Amino acid sequence: MFKLLLCWRYLRTRYIALASIISVTLGVATMVVVNAVMAGFTTEMQDRIHGILSDVVFESRSLEGFHDPQWHMRQIDRVAGQYIKAMTATVNVPAMLRFRYGDNWMTHPVQLIGIDAATAGDVADVTKYLQHPDNRQHLSWDLRDGGFDVLPREASAEMPPRSQLQDAGWPRRRRRAEQEQAFRESLTPGRVEPPGFDMPRAEDSFATNPQLLSGPNQGTPSTDVASTVSSEDPNSNAAEPSPVDAVGEDSLPSEEVNPFERADMALQDQGELFDPARDQFDGLIMGIAIASFRSGDGRDHFLALPGDDVQLTFPTVGTPPKAESMPFTVVDFYESKMSEYDASFVFVPLEVLQRARGMIDPTTGIGNVTSIQIKLKDDRDAAVVRDLLRASFPEQIYGINTWRDKQGPLLAAVQLENRILNVLLFMIIAVAGFGILAIFFMIVVEKTRDVGVLKSLGASKQGVMSIFISYGMSLGLVGAGVGLGLGLLIVAYINEIAVLIGSFTGHQVFDPSIYYFFTIPTIVDPRTVTWIVVGAVSIAIAASVLPARRAARMNPVEALRYE
Amino acid sequence: MNSRSLLAEHPVQVAKDGVSSTLSEPRESPLSACARLRAAGIEKSYHKGNVEIPVLRGVDMEVRHGEFLAIVGQSGSGKSTLLHLLGTLDVPDAGEIYFDERRIDRLPSRQRDALRNQDFGMIFQFYHLLPELSTLENVLVPAMISSSVWGYLVRRRQYTEQAKHLLDLVGLSHRLRHRPRELSGGEMQRAAIARALISGPKVLLADEPTGNLDRSSGHEVIRLLRNLNVQQSLTIVIVTHDDEIARQADRTVQLVEGRIEPK
Repeated sequence: MFKLLLCWRYLRTRYIALASIISVTLGVATMVVVNAVMAGFTTEMQDRIHGILSDVVFESRSLEGFHDPQWHMRQIDRVAGQYIKAMTATVNVPAMLRFRYGDNWMTHPVQLIGIDAATAGDVADVTKYLQHPDNRQHLSWDLRDGGFDVLPREASAEMPPRSQLQDAGWPRRRRRAEQEQAFRESLTPGRVEPPGFDMPRAEDSFATNPQLLSGPNQGTPSTDVASTVSSEDPNSNAAEPSPVDAVGEDSLPSEEVNPFERADMALQDQGELFDPARDQFDGLIMGIAIASFRSGDGRDHFLALPGDDVQLTFPTVGTPPKAESMPFTVVDFYESKMSEYDASFVFVPLEVLQRARGMIDPTTGIGNVTSIQIKLKDDRDAAVVRDLLRASFPEQIYGINTWRDKQGPLLAAVQLENRILNVLLFMIIAVAGFGILAIFFMIVVEKTRDVGVLKSLGASKQGVMSIFISYGMSLGLVGAGVGLGLGLLIVAYINEIAVLIGSFTGHQVFDPSIYYFFTIPTIVDPRTVTWIVVGAVSIAIAASVLPARRAARMNPVEALRYE
Repeated sequence: MNSRSLLAEHPVQVAKDGVSSTLSEPRESPLSACARLRAAGIEKSYHKGNVEIPVLRGVDMEVRHGEFLAIVGQSGSGKSTLLHLLGTLDVPDAGEIYFDERRIDRLPSRQRDALRNQDFGMIFQFYHLLPELSTLENVLVPAMISSSVWGYLVRRRQYTEQAKHLLDLVGLSHRLRHRPRELSGGEMQRAAIARALISGPKVLLADEPTGNLDRSSGHEVIRLLRNLNVQQSLTIVIVTHDDEIARQADRTVQLVEGRIEPK
């Protein structure tokens, strides 16, 4: 009993102990905050990686792919069916994507993925990151009639709206078609141009619909040259008032649609001219960062929008492979906020890609695919399924990996970073521990005589020791408790704090244009927090053991004589 | 508890009775059949570096039941060391110590702790109250040491009553909540006496209890001890270099250079 009483009294009367409490508090608070933020970032990142990668990827080692995905799925189901929830076949090929912006052709290397809209959603969260609410519910390759999210999802209120997305979809497409029509008529009134006229490279594009920003009624669009061009388009040459520039932001030079060369695939069964105001090519979903850039103020500027046409060039499966080009219509943007993905992924309908690459056997109608994405009932079984499949399929032909394997280096790097950071932070608490050690030695020296008194009154060694150990434990508990509260408080208000610090220092602590997040993601893992608190208290106890032993071993006679 | 009931009957008498008349002449103490405390051939030396300094060189003495014994001697004669050895605070290099004819100098430390807690009450020259605790709490410390947390909480009321009673006995009932630094020397020593009495000891060992007090406070403390001795037949061993105090004792032994000198 005397231990508790004395421990309590020492706690209340020794202000030097506050120093160790504060160091424990700060250490614990820092660890809680950093772990929450790291966990937030890691989880966010993993979610985004996992969102596009299925749990297990069964893929061909060749771009040719393998034949008959249904047969493969049956085999996979036979081997590991009890773990599998859903499967979908995809074709992944590297490709070039081109679209026009002003006078320029923008060409991007992309990762082209043919997906089966019906089953892709069961396997990976592709649809979750689309910009049209209906597409998120049910992915459609047909262009939507407007209604794209103008306010980016998962964003803070300060995020500027993407006003350009307001008229994306059919309204934009129709307006561009009308604008082009008007522009063409203004050049050659009353004349019907022959196909291919004024089109230096016929295979270049179908995307020849100049946009009339101020509306379809504008006869000669040269009136709003300067304003629209200079404010929106850093690439265009405003000083040269050619009729091309005059059309506006996304203006395109006069080019004729070449329905015979460009659109025959889409139109062969319709038997009529392709009218861009009413018709679209096959749908394509494009990573948002391919078509946009973010300026320093956090605003997104789009170079292409849903409703525009783009051209894809990809290898066919022939021997040798040839480059095949095809027009597509952008129907939606994909924004996972993993810049690596957003800047490279392009999705098209699986069958269209199979056909275009010559992957479908004309006699049977059965196609090739390059991979089968497998979704498991429980993604923790991924390694088990991978091993089962590896044992059943020749590894020379099939690469079978979990999503973690595929992102192994990145995940490992993040994990390593996390671990090192934790070790370093734990050092802070260890420093607090040494503080406790030093302070305790001091207190023990100060209390030498009292220890002698207690012993003369019959206190045992263990009793004396436990005074100081429970003192250390109380310091640890109080410090860790306060630190935990402080840490959780900081985590709860971290974005406000970041803004506050930013306003003091003049530097933005968290730059959304770098991270693609608008708020700092945090996850408080109760297990981690428990470990931190337990660790801090243990360090405090460990630091008090040595001084406590010293006190306990003191000879009472000498202790009493000590003045 | 024995002491409690005994003291409860004569609180006023103990506090106020002028014992000096009774104590002016040393009382003939009844020789008990066996000694309460007995030391035989005690040797003890201290080491300062490599030099061995002998303090006690074969001390034989006994403390009888209910006697008030004074150990006198000059500074450095080893009287405090002898008291510490009798109180099991230290272990002799040679010789034996018996308490109620039970050898105690080689007991395991746990049993010696219990002995100090239950059977011996100790008083020091510098009072040695714990500065963080109030007077009442200081008196309660031995009770806290002897019982578990739960046991203490269960009997807390009883212990507190007892401590208050003892403080009343030593005339400190108005100082219960004060910290030691708010008390005078005499008050602190009286609080220390109350602390020594809380567990109902069989022997009170006092090491220069008046050494740090002015004359009147010292007298008061001695009167208090003498009263306890008389009222409760409490065996008291007091170490002093003050002849006046020694004269009030039933019996005096003198230590000269680590040996008992007949007086």
